[in-house]
Formats: sequence, C-alpha cells, structure tokens
Amino acid sequence: MTSTTRKKRNKMKVWAVAVWLVIWQLVSMWIGQEILLVSPAAVFRRLLELIPTGEFWSSVLFSVVRITGGFLLAAVAGVTAAGLAVKFRRVEEFLHPFVLTVKAIPVASFVILVLIWVPSRNLSVVISFLMVFPILYTNVLDGEKQMDQKLLEMARVFELSRPVRLRYLYLPQILPYFRTGCSVALGLCWKAGVAAEVIGIPDNSIGEQLYNAKVYLNTPDLFAWTVVIVALSSVFERLFLYFIDCTVKRLERMK
Amino acid sequence: MTRERNEGSADQAIRIRNLSKAYGSHVVFHDFSLDIPMGTTTCLMAPSGAGKTTLLRILMGLEEADQGTVTGMDHRKISAVFQEPRLCENLSAFANIRMVREKKMWRRDREGWEEISRAMEELGLGGCERQPVREMSGGMRQRVALLRALYAQWDVLFLDEPFQGLDQESRERTIAYAREKCLGKTVVLVTHSREEAEQIGAIVRLPM
Repeated sequence: MTSTTRKKRNKMKVWAVAVWLVIWQLVSMWIGQEILLVSPAAVFRRLLELIPTGEFWSSVLFSVVRITGGFLLAAVAGVTAAGLAVKFRRVEEFLHPFVLTVKAIPVASFVILVLIWVPSRNLSVVISFLMVFPILYTNVLDGEKQMDQKLLEMARVFELSRPVRLRYLYLPQILPYFRTGCSVALGLCWKAGVAAEVIGIPDNSIGEQLYNAKVYLNTPDLFAWTVVIVALSSVFERLFLYFIDCTVKRLERMK
Repeated sequence: MTRERNEGSADQAIRIRNLSKAYGSHVVFHDFSLDIPMGTTTCLMAPSGAGKTTLLRILMGLEEADQGTVTGMDHRKISAVFQEPRLCENLSAFANIRMVREKKMWRRDREGWEEISRAMEELGLGGCERQPVREMSGGMRQRVALLRALYAQWDVLFLDEPFQGLDQESRERTIAYAREKCLGKTVVLVTHSREEAEQIGAIVRLPM
C-alpha cells in the first residue's frame, strides 16, 4: 500500500462524523436532560453565542499564548539538551533521571506542586513545558543516536564543517524524529495545559471557563469550550507539522 | 604511528612503510610497504579479504595501523568513493553532491547547479538533480557518489570499487569520465577488474 493510499484511508470520513453526530443527537433526545447530555445542536448554538464575545477571545488568547509558549520553550530546550547529551555523555547521564521522573509523575501532582511555586497565570506555561520537554528530548536524542556512522566517516573524509554537517547530515536525520515528537507532544500539551488551568483557575483563561461550566453545571458551555480546545489543538498541530514538512521538503530538494 | 608529517616537497610520493594491521588473530597485512606516486592513478588489485579497503581506510585516516608509517598525506585534501555510496538518503542528488563544497549553503547556488547538472548529464543522470537518492537505483547512487567525490576539492582521491553495480554502457561512460577528470592527479583505485584497471591507470599488485 502506498503512503498516499494509507493517508487517504486514515483520513476522517465526513459520513462517519455525521453518523456520530446523529447518534449523539438521538441519545441526547432520548435522555431528555440537557444537564446530563447536551445535544450537538445546542453546543453549536452556544458556540455561536460565545464567538462574538470579547471574553471568548481574551480567554482563547490567554491560553494559546501560554500553552504554545510552553511548547515552544520546551522544543528549544529539548533540542538543545539532546544536542548537548549526544556531545557530552555526562549531560545525558545527568538528564536521564530528570526525564524519567517527569514522565512518571501524574499531571495533577505536577499542577499542585507547581502552583505552590509559580503564580496561577503562568501555571500552564510550566505544565506545557514539563509535558513536552521529555518527549522532544527523547525523540531528538534517539534521532541523533541513529545517525549513520558511515555518513559521519564520509563527513570526516570530506572535512565537512560543522554548519554543513548540521545542514546536510543532522537536520534531515533528526527532523522526522522531531516531527513525530511534536505530533505527540502538541496534543498532550493542550490537554495538560488546560487541565492545569482548571486546577489553577487563572483569570480569563479557557481553564477558568471550563471550571465555571462545572460549578454552574452548564453543560452546553462545557461542551462548547471542549470543542474550542479540540479545534485549537488540532489547528496548532496541523500548522506546526505543516511548517516542519515544508522545512523537510526544502532540505531534501534544495537547489 | 601511522601518518607522519609530510616534510618533503609537494610532489613527494605517499610512502607506506612496514605497515601491519590485524583484527584480533586475523592478520590483514604484515610489514607491508608501497610507494604511491603523485600525479598518477594507481590501481590496487588483490583478492578479496587481502586488506585493500583497510589500507584505504588507513590512508584516509579513518583507521589506525598497528605498526608502520604513512608519509606524504598530511595537509592534503582527500576525497573518496567508498565501497557503499554513503549518500544522505533523504536529500536530492544535487544536495548530496554540492555538500562537499561549502558555499551558499542556505541559498540557491546557480553556478553549482549548472556545473553539477552538466556533470550529471554526462553520466546519464540528466534530470535527476532534485530526485531524492532513496528513489534511485544502485547504479545511479554509485554515479552520484562518484560525482560527489570529483566535485570536492581534492589533492588525493581514493576510489574503492567505484564502478561496481553499473551496467556495461554506464560503466564505460563513467570510466571515461573519471579518467578525464583524474588525468594528472593523484588517484588510488581499488578494483577487482583488470579491465577497469587497464582502462584507467597503472596496476600495482599488492603482495599481501
């Protein structure tokens, strides 16, 4: 099976989504209580009400800046740390327990712990960073370790400079690993970031909106904000992966 | 010590003296000596396992000999075609070739593009400049590896079975191209084929 065929097969089909929406609508009508399961139509109506409000956009902006900020910081730190770990064994040994610990600790524990150290408005930056860093560090390190030794010998014979090695050998080798890491980490940083906001309840954040929806048992709001989070996470992931794919293509076929 | 400082004149030969190399109990060569003259193509022919590739690796500085000396290699730029193409699979043929000359690394290199395109055309690879090498056949990769070695700036060129995997027509065309590009330069060629050796230069049999 070619990759194009596989991609087409993996693509979500509109009819399947439509069927699930119909099932959701029917179940909601059968239960008959919006507080237990709101209908998709009601969620859509609530979304239309929310979107024109300033509060909606300020909440979105607040969370996007912090969660993506945490992600980008972790991306820079993860790649730099992986580069240092390959170069200096001691760095890898030093970071190993830290990465394992961060991976093992539940998000909720982290959130409560970090809340003691940093103001709640910056909580999602730290949590997003802590979720993304181990994934990108491990993936990039794996990519660097898989580097073909024969190619490195070739680079030695041709006396390729560091920038040339980086541009032609390391980047094409590491970018696919980085891409896979980003794909996993992007979804995770949104989930963990919003969860952190729900616990920390910073003013004017998506987390605060979800918290309020829970407190007032406002199920349409809860669903509408969830749709917003899924949409934001998906758009951000697609944009970022598109940017990486363009870079890979440019590196592969550069004139 | 295997590679000593070149204190003689620029056209001094590469001198290999009393070289020994063993991997555990397997002796690759023992007390081996050879002069490789500059400005000519020297062919090294010997049966498989005689240590030709090991000798090239020592000359290229990729491996240490157990004993003996090599003089005449210091401060000389080297280039090579390895036994395997050793290309970056995800990169285009053009990117693979041009990486050995560091200029306009992040920008469009029009001059390089034209020069490489011409060379690729001559070896029957015209139009494949932007093709990732992972999509190329073994013979095409081999020719890209040779073009990369020739495109680099070099004083000594090492060719380890550079024409393997090529069909008769490509082989003849590639040998003729390599001979022209290597004329008057220092080239060390390892091959099993006497015909290739005769087509391209003098033969030295290794007494290994």
